Amino acid sequence: MADQRELTEAEAARRGWMSLLAKAPAARLAQLWEARGAAPGFDWLRAPEVGGVMVRGRAGGTGAAFNLGEMVVTRCALKLADGRVGHAMVQGRDRKKAEIAALVDAGMQGGEADSLRADLLAVLEAEMTSAKAARAAKADQTKVDFFTMVRGED
Amino acid sequence: MYVAVKGGEKAIDKAHEWLDEARRGDPAVAELSVPQIREQLALAVNRVMAEGSLYDPDLAALAIKQARGDLIEAIFLIRAYRTTLPRFGYSLPVDTGAMECDRRISATFKDVPGGQVLGPTFDYTHRLLDFALEAEGLERPAPEAGQAEHPEMPRVTEFLNKEGLIQDEVAPAPAEDQPDDLTRQPLELPAARPLRLQALTRGDEGFVLSMAYSTQRGYAKNHPFVGELRIGTVAVEAEIPELGFAIEVGEVVLTECETVNQFLGSKSEPPQFTRGYGLVFGQTERKAISMALVDRALRWKEFGEDDKGAPAQDEEFVLYHCDNIQATGFLEHIKLPHYVDFQSELELVRKIRREADEAKMQEAAE
Repeated sequence: MADQRELTEAEAARRGWMSLLAKAPAARLAQLWEARGAAPGFDWLRAPEVGGVMVRGRAGGTGAAFNLGEMVVTRCALKLADGRVGHAMVQGRDRKKAEIAALVDAGMQGGEADSLRADLLAVLEAEMTSAKAARAAKADQTKVDFFTMVRGED
Repeated sequence: MYVAVKGGEKAIDKAHEWLDEARRGDPAVAELSVPQIREQLALAVNRVMAEGSLYDPDLAALAIKQARGDLIEAIFLIRAYRTTLPRFGYSLPVDTGAMECDRRISATFKDVPGGQVLGPTFDYTHRLLDFALEAEGLERPAPEAGQAEHPEMPRVTEFLNKEGLIQDEVAPAPAEDQPDDLTRQPLELPAARPLRLQALTRGDEGFVLSMAYSTQRGYAKNHPFVGELRIGTVAVEAEIPELGFAIEVGEVVLTECETVNQFLGSKSEPPQFTRGYGLVFGQTERKAISMALVDRALRWKEFGEDDKGAPAQDEEFVLYHCDNIQATGFLEHIKLPHYVDFQSELELVRKIRREADEAKMQEAAE
């Protein structure tokens, strides 16, 4: 694994949408994608393939890396008719999700970027943020203040 | 030794048919769906993911259904499936400090920044059967809906570290930070700590719990506090080789436990607190706490402590016996046909018996 280098602005943006797509709920992504109408034609560079990524942790949270266990992901790569290439690696075993994610990745590198952001990425991001915020609110309601009782004879 | 046998195909087919029928149970009772198991038996699903060493709640739920709720059988199914998956690579080590916590408690500091958050815990329940759950279609009051930000939750051990009172956990240089992988190389001893942690995190919960309990009861005594226990979601980042940078490929729920152990110092180390570490897939806090205690017990050499001969200090004993799939395989194979072996042993016992009887008769005759 290479060290993490400084990303260019374009790379950082691409990392952002690819990460969002990887974590997005598959059914919702498919729904938003289909609502956009006919999908563009493409050729597979790598057909969707289910595999594992070994997740690592660190001893004590900050020490030496160790292998925790694998997670299931699906990856693919495709090329649009105009030559733009889209990549995806998404959580789970849903091949269609990987295909849509790669199509969005390719689309984001051209003229459809603004509409893809508006109809799809922004919607997913808002919904996922809201779901996280709802969970955080539930956690917040279970926050306690322990206080220790005074011990003594008097 | 197990020797192959032939025959029995028809009986085996019928046995499997009956197994399918038994799995389904009474057809008058509605069939369980995989999503129902995933959502409503989530802690069983978490255990299967942790010990199956594969994070996929749908697959774990399917395995539980197929195994009729036998969790070790389900773990076996997941391990077998795992071996069919191509390995795309290794993630960057997850940042548990940035975890979005559902639960976070400390037994050492009551006022921790970020607060003590109980989350959906069994703690403080009365462990009385709730007969209301017997009723179907029970409506529970929905918890108050709201929106909040996940607060910053710095590690509790960081506070002790600021005073230099706890042993530090420093990552090695990236070139040296390449842990061995049990799924790629057989376990060899002595095992470095990263390999031990991998074995423990996928180890049997019952075994790891018992080992941890033995240290609490005095075998390699180490009085630990739970410095911090947190459960929540972390993003997993992995590199996309074609692009040359890492993206988040998904999110996993993890349970992390850090113990703080009293340590009076040794020839090589000053008096300070030391740590044990547990990190496990899913909401699995009994396992994560157990893992942290056993991790600490296994570190005795590193801290120049005495070998008290306790089982939890013996890495060969712990690491070679914590895997329930290896254990099950060896244990259960003895029920398979061993006719040839047994015939030879039978012959041997008969012969010894015959010789003994003859000797006795001869003695009587004399």
